[in-house]
Amino acid sequence: MEILKYIGSFFVLLGSIFLFLGALGIYRMPDVYNRLQAGTKSSTLGAMSMLLGIGFLQPDWMVKMIVIIIFIAVSNPLSSHALARGAYRAGLSLFQKEKIDAYEKDYKDMEDKEL
Amino acid sequence: MQSKGLTISKFVYSWLLMFAVWYGFTTSTALPELITGVIVSLVVTLITAKAAQCCGLDILLPHRIFYMVKYIFVFIIALLKANFDIARRVLSPSLPINPGIVEFETKLNSDFAKMILANSITLTPGTITVDLVGNKYFIHWVDVKTEDSEEARQEIAGDFEKILLKIFN
Repeated sequence: MEILKYIGSFFVLLGSIFLFLGALGIYRMPDVYNRLQAGTKSSTLGAMSMLLGIGFLQPDWMVKMIVIIIFIAVSNPLSSHALARGAYRAGLSLFQKEKIDAYEKDYKDMEDKEL
Repeated sequence: MQSKGLTISKFVYSWLLMFAVWYGFTTSTALPELITGVIVSLVVTLITAKAAQCCGLDILLPHRIFYMVKYIFVFIIALLKANFDIARRVLSPSLPINPGIVEFETKLNSDFAKMILANSITLTPGTITVDLVGNKYFIHWVDVKTEDSEEARQEIAGDFEKILLKIFN
């Protein structure tokens, strides 16, 4: 099937573009939280779209690819959340133009309780 | 759905889920494969049953399935928007960001629904979940539009929360 080949190549290309933009975002953003923003979103959609493209190129693998896509959609945000929380607990400060940090107060309360 | 212990309905649901994953990876309808799948997924379910507390068979009612499909579509559109949003910010020379951490409270009461909402928020435009304490979400927002928690809830989680309330309550 010729048409499936084109659709598959399109998705693989789209995925690689998003992955490239994610890498560029990690390079350009000022602090760890903004870098996570760029990294998580584009790596999730990039990997999903690339796997979907492989599924179109090899139709036998389509169902497996969809299972892997579901795993990625569930596990990727979890890891970025763990990184963001760990970064905050390790004391990395936020890049801010105005001071907006609702987490600070609750985090201090929690820390007092733990001590 | 709020009952804590392990019920038969929860057990059967995780068994079905495990079998669906098995079928997804083998994609074969040969009888020996299917029988092996039933046995393997039963063993896996027996081992993991205590951890799998998400939902029972009543999650498969038709109106819940309908809202799940709707959720998937809303989610995919949000994920695409998020990527174009990040691409726009990364590619513009002035780097237009105004980051900060905001908080809001959710009306959801099941742990599983809260987890799904937290994951969805991470993948939607400009937001990432930093922490979840009780009912309070702490969200890192690339472009803070409001510090008020009610407005932030509408802005960040409005659509998702409405659909999740329909699925899980």
